[in-house]
Amino acid sequence: MLRSIELIPSGALTLLSIRNLSKTFTSAGEPVHVLRGVDLDLKAGERVALTGESGSGKSTLLHLIAGLDAADDGTIRLEDTEITALADAGRAELRRDRIGLVFQQFNLIPSLSVADNLAFQARIAGRHDATWTGELVERLGLNGLLKRYPEQLSGGQQQRVAIGRALATKPSLLLADEPTGNLDEATADDVLALTRDLVARTGCGFLMVTHSLHLAGTLDRHIVLHAGRIA
Amino acid sequence: MSRALWVLAVLLSHWRRHRMQFATLLIGLIAATALWSGVQAINQQARSAYDRAAATFGGVRTAMLVAPDAATFSQDLFVKLRRAGWPVSPVLEGRVQINGRPMRLLGIEPVTLPVDVGNAPRLGAADLSSFVAAPGQTLVAQETLSDLHEGEGAVPPISSGTKLPPLHVLPQLVPDVLVVDIGVAQRLLNKPDQLSRLLIGKAKGKPAPLASVVGDRLKLIEPTAETELERLTDSFHLNLTAFGLLSFFVGLFIVNSAVGLAFEQRLPMLRTLRACGASARLVNSVLVVELVALALVAGLIGLVCGYFIAAALLPDVAASLRGLYGAPIPGQLTLRPEWWLAGIGISVAGAIVAAATSLIKAIRMPMLATAQPHAWQQRQRRWLILQSLAACAVFAAAWLLLEYGQSLIAGFGLLAALMLGAALILPALLEILMLAGQRLARGPLALWFWADSRQQLSGLSLALMALLLALAVNVGVSTMVETFSRTFVGWLDGRLAADVYISAADNAQSIAIRNWLKDRSEVQAILSGGRAETQVQGQPVELLGLPDHALYRERWPLLETAPRAWTQLVPGNAAFISEQLSRRLNVRVGDVIEVPAPGGTWELDIVGIYADYGNPKGQLAVNVAALIRQFPQTPQTRIGLIVPRDKIPGLITALQKQFALDDRAVADQATVKAESIRIFNRTFAVTSALNAFTLGVAGIALLTSLLTLANSRLPQLAPLWAIGITRSRLAAIELTKTLSVALFTSLLAVPLGLLVAWCLIAIVNVKAFGWRLPFHVFPLQLVELVAVALIASLLAALLPVLRLAGMQAAHLVKVFANER
Repeated sequence: MLRSIELIPSGALTLLSIRNLSKTFTSAGEPVHVLRGVDLDLKAGERVALTGESGSGKSTLLHLIAGLDAADDGTIRLEDTEITALADAGRAELRRDRIGLVFQQFNLIPSLSVADNLAFQARIAGRHDATWTGELVERLGLNGLLKRYPEQLSGGQQQRVAIGRALATKPSLLLADEPTGNLDEATADDVLALTRDLVARTGCGFLMVTHSLHLAGTLDRHIVLHAGRIA
Repeated sequence: MSRALWVLAVLLSHWRRHRMQFATLLIGLIAATALWSGVQAINQQARSAYDRAAATFGGVRTAMLVAPDAATFSQDLFVKLRRAGWPVSPVLEGRVQINGRPMRLLGIEPVTLPVDVGNAPRLGAADLSSFVAAPGQTLVAQETLSDLHEGEGAVPPISSGTKLPPLHVLPQLVPDVLVVDIGVAQRLLNKPDQLSRLLIGKAKGKPAPLASVVGDRLKLIEPTAETELERLTDSFHLNLTAFGLLSFFVGLFIVNSAVGLAFEQRLPMLRTLRACGASARLVNSVLVVELVALALVAGLIGLVCGYFIAAALLPDVAASLRGLYGAPIPGQLTLRPEWWLAGIGISVAGAIVAAATSLIKAIRMPMLATAQPHAWQQRQRRWLILQSLAACAVFAAAWLLLEYGQSLIAGFGLLAALMLGAALILPALLEILMLAGQRLARGPLALWFWADSRQQLSGLSLALMALLLALAVNVGVSTMVETFSRTFVGWLDGRLAADVYISAADNAQSIAIRNWLKDRSEVQAILSGGRAETQVQGQPVELLGLPDHALYRERWPLLETAPRAWTQLVPGNAAFISEQLSRRLNVRVGDVIEVPAPGGTWELDIVGIYADYGNPKGQLAVNVAALIRQFPQTPQTRIGLIVPRDKIPGLITALQKQFALDDRAVADQATVKAESIRIFNRTFAVTSALNAFTLGVAGIALLTSLLTLANSRLPQLAPLWAIGITRSRLAAIELTKTLSVALFTSLLAVPLGLLVAWCLIAIVNVKAFGWRLPFHVFPLQLVELVAVALIASLLAALLPVLRLAGMQAAHLVKVFANER
């Protein structure tokens, strides 16, 4: 069922709830405390920017929310599911069905055409919706590019495909790790505008890691991470 | 299910974009399966032929009664035993010639023939009356009918002039065997009321003890699981299997290289799949399914290729087995379902083994590691140390096998350890060489040349290891064959002392020929010969009668002798022993050997050891007159003549005209030598073919590695092009690099190959055949092999280099701009 901003008023429900989240890595034999008890809430339909200096733990936080890595301590709850309590298979299922991911490096599959790249997560999830995919193609301006391969696209075009792929499953939460880091300013603005538009259309939550204060200012809320804590 | 199919579709899409890599993977699997299954098809064919031979109306698979001296015995014993309740069936065996072709004639009694004679060919009730009632039948294999150029129902005469009953095909029979009713056999072999053995069926009650019925005139031979042919030919098949295995591993090198590269290139794709929610179990399972599916397709194609390889090699293998061991193998290939299943199985197992490292990496793959498509080349360097340590361990194992190994398997184990150790140490040696080059290099381009060669090495090392192994085996086997060839020719000169050889049909014709020859002035000497067969310490032994003649004293290929050996031979209480029999029985000069003879035990002092290459049977050479005294039934049909060279053709023509002898019955020394050398060369034709195949597969491994590396190397080459080095110069540098490493590998393969040759000559041949050859090195042959390896490397390197030379500038710009 399509979630829409009209059906679920912004701020009405807590979509993501993070409590006392910690993560430590070991580098050259020394422990590096990347996250030190992070608390964060994100409501359905809310669009949040996460900024902070390099090494502040932004990407780590995003990876933990996506279930790409496991936390040392604390809890992450997405709607009714506690992500930190899930095993690898459960986290994979969560990503497949309820989370959309967009990366700086696009991470498209080079051997698949644009059309196949757009559809493949939805197909894996068993929720391919041709009408919705068609709408995504239309809104992302990918008409005419569907038969091309990623290497035949510009950076901005590739990122639009990546966003389309992430939203094709109609996720509850869209996570983006510096999605415009590889793009020029104008293209970055375009891509983010499209993303905001689609997020509003689907009603999903949106958490974006960025270095750009300008882009961060275009979202509903701006959180700064400093030395592993929310500042 | 559909989720898995979608993941599979995504994984397969990689191959659509990397067709050369896909072809490489398939070629590796096809080559590995084809060569392995081809060799297995030949072995299976041979073994089933041995089974057929063993089961031919009572071979070693059947319990039987024989005379203690292995001679024929009276038919009365058969009657006595049947009356005493023994379920015996008589067999008479002998040899006859048809159109000069020697055949084994078996006389059987079909009514009493035990029904449980292994998987022996059987006569149906309908056939029984045709077989027994006049004119009877001669049962033959289809191959025999073709060899004789006769059709069903033909009645060819044997050498005595008597005609056989009409020929009738019994498909289960082995070639060169004629089966007739026992009465017919007794008439054809001129042995009325005589039998060779009695086959024993299952007794209903308990028969009277054997000794109480026949005394000590017959002894019981228990059935054995392994036939004499199986025992004799084990080493030959082991040799073929070793070649098949080597080719299989060389093929797997290609697969390992292709799968490893594909895995590294697909790492980002795998991570994306995982990030999009495909579970690790699903992705890994689909990776295995993909590999198995590819292995099944490649395995099927490989099996078809293997069939053709086996069919092409089988005639030579059959000739080798016939020449070396007297083993009758049909020249046409028949395959069992097990062969197909085993071939598919080995393809799948090989693919999984070759891809094991990549699959384990996939299972352990951390999702968040940065995607580095070329990082594997760097990581490979860390393996160099481990690989070198493993090489040292393998060399230590080789040393232990050399010191303490006693068996043929240990010999092959030593060979395998040497080659594996050398292959493992090769990348480290190349690394050291290139590091030295890099340190000595002056000028930026030279520095880059060595540094880049080092970087490229990890991607090429598997292919270079395959080249090293293939070339070392080629050097080793070629040196062994050439050594054998030269020794064989020298040995033939010694063994073939007479100028003309005659093989009379029987003793009567032999006497007539001798009498006729006495009146021929050109005949300087008539040398008698003879052969008898017996068993010594349970081993079949051939007794060879030698004439006492100066020519034999001068030329006989003695390796070791007692003083006045030839003089000691004349009275008949001394013998020379063949090298292989001396090893088998552990007998030296000065020892005494006891030979069972019809008149009792014959004690012989061993006064010499001689070379008897190519003879599967152990042999004792005694004075011919003494042999005939001890074995009066020895046919005296072999005659050698000393004749001036210019008189030979005239004498042969006269002999043929006078006694109706064909080319097989009378031949001059040159013809016999030429025939022996032809058989020798055919024997090693299989080895040469497998040698060529292995080198070919290694060439393909090098080509595929270079092609798969070519694309990933563009980011390294593009900056050089950008700073002003022309594409043609870059191509020339690439070619020089490939040829340099190939040359170094080839040079390393030469000493390794010579070590392999030494192992083959000093260990494997001695264990397998019982003879040891002198070790020779043939420098010209080595130069030729290195040149062949370099040409193969040149051809392999040429395609990617030509592509680079002809590459559009725009493509390099794109690589330079985007892929650094």
